[in-house]
Amino acid sequence: MRLSTDQFIFWQHGVCKLNGTIVFTWGLMLVMAAGSRLITRRLSTDLKRSPWQNLLEIVVAGMELQIAGAGLKHPEKYIGFLGTLFLFVALAALCTVIPGYEPPTGSLSTTAALALSVFVAVPLFGIEEQGLGGYLATYARPTIIMLPFNLISELSRTLALAIRLFGNMMSGAMIMAILLTITPFIFPILMTLLGLLTGMVQAYIFSILAAVYIAAATRAGKPKPAPATAPAKLSAG
Amino acid sequence: MLIDWFTVGAQALNFLILVWLMKRFLYQPVLQAIATREKLVAKELADADAKRSEAQKDRDEFHKKNEAFDQERAGLLAKATDEAQAERKRLLDEAHKAADALGAQRQAALIIDARNLNQAVSRRTQEEVFAIARKALADLATTSLEERMGEVFTRRLREMDGKSKAVLGDALKKNSTPALVLSSFELPGPQRAAIQNAVNETFSADIHLQFATSPDLVSGIELTTNGQKVGWSIAGYLTALESVVGKLMKEKEKPESEAVPAVTPEKAIKSS
Repeated sequence: MRLSTDQFIFWQHGVCKLNGTIVFTWGLMLVMAAGSRLITRRLSTDLKRSPWQNLLEIVVAGMELQIAGAGLKHPEKYIGFLGTLFLFVALAALCTVIPGYEPPTGSLSTTAALALSVFVAVPLFGIEEQGLGGYLATYARPTIIMLPFNLISELSRTLALAIRLFGNMMSGAMIMAILLTITPFIFPILMTLLGLLTGMVQAYIFSILAAVYIAAATRAGKPKPAPATAPAKLSAG
Repeated sequence: MLIDWFTVGAQALNFLILVWLMKRFLYQPVLQAIATREKLVAKELADADAKRSEAQKDRDEFHKKNEAFDQERAGLLAKATDEAQAERKRLLDEAHKAADALGAQRQAALIIDARNLNQAVSRRTQEEVFAIARKALADLATTSLEERMGEVFTRRLREMDGKSKAVLGDALKKNSTPALVLSSFELPGPQRAAIQNAVNETFSADIHLQFATSPDLVSGIELTTNGQKVGWSIAGYLTALESVVGKLMKEKEKPESEAVPAVTPEKAIKSS
């Protein structure tokens, strides 16, 4: 039984290979970039705009709002990273309705790559905001004793990000595959709908957690505003 | 092994490329479009606010001007109305005066016309009547009539009341010239003698009489002396009648002249 699209290899030369994960990712990238380019090619700046432009504006503005809600002061600075994370994971989940499609996020390699990106981005944004010393000092807070625990926390949360997304997406595809063999066709459709829902939720969780981590890294030395309850709840998922 | 590290690296690279692509093709243009639109909306709102305030200002000014204009108009209208009323009153008064004057003039003219006509008619009637009477009486006047007249005259002398008799008697006695006895015909001797006797008897004196004729008497005898007169003649009757008729005419004209404005000249003539 094939657990991951990684095992679906089209071409290999030594270590380099072209597997299903990469191909599906490229497909998604193509769709996203081309779709965006198509829609934003003729953007209207006056009061009248096309429905597609309207949809994109709603999506982008909604993401900006969510990022701002996570505690980041300049959402336009982080929307490139966090927004792309959300859109990629969401589109990967949405496309599961297409027959023959396998979500690249169902591969631990992809989720690990995304989690590593977050793992790298968080200190980068933190250093950019607070400087290297200021950022590194956050690991020794509240006392130096906490340094190992902070480091473990950093690693474990990256691992949790990767495993959570992988688990949810892979399980969805897995359940579909199993159900197809044992149940009538109606039930897998319902499960697909459920899979779509969980996929959207995971996209939201992944990106909002990344936003929270970045927010924590960028304002660690600054007085904390009122704690946001929603991300705390979602982190449990 | 669930993790393929080459794939992890490739996916991380893919993701970075995707981030760049999305920034390039999605976020930047869309955010820019939103920002531009927000600026546009803000500008339009500001413009609208400015226009609104300007419109409000204009409206206030217009209202003020309108009110001032209304007041001015009302003032002018009131003034014009007053002036027009005064002018109307003046014109009406003038017209009334003119009409009154014209009416009075017309009335006066009518009265004059009516009076003239009346006078003319009465004069003519009088003349005609008297002419007829004179003609008829002259035609009838004969010697026998003269005789009767002489009798009537003598009787009248005798029947005179005391006062008249005394006055005439005094006049006759004091007058040195003979008293004049006028008659329309030459009086015959016996009649003259009868008259002389009657005078003498009446006044108990010898009165000198001078007999003369006067066609104006029509028919009759008159004794005249020193401004006093006694006699009987048809002319006397006619004169008395004439004076009575003239008096009546004058009395009749008065009420007619009062009612003249409502009466046309034709009617006035007819009624007179």
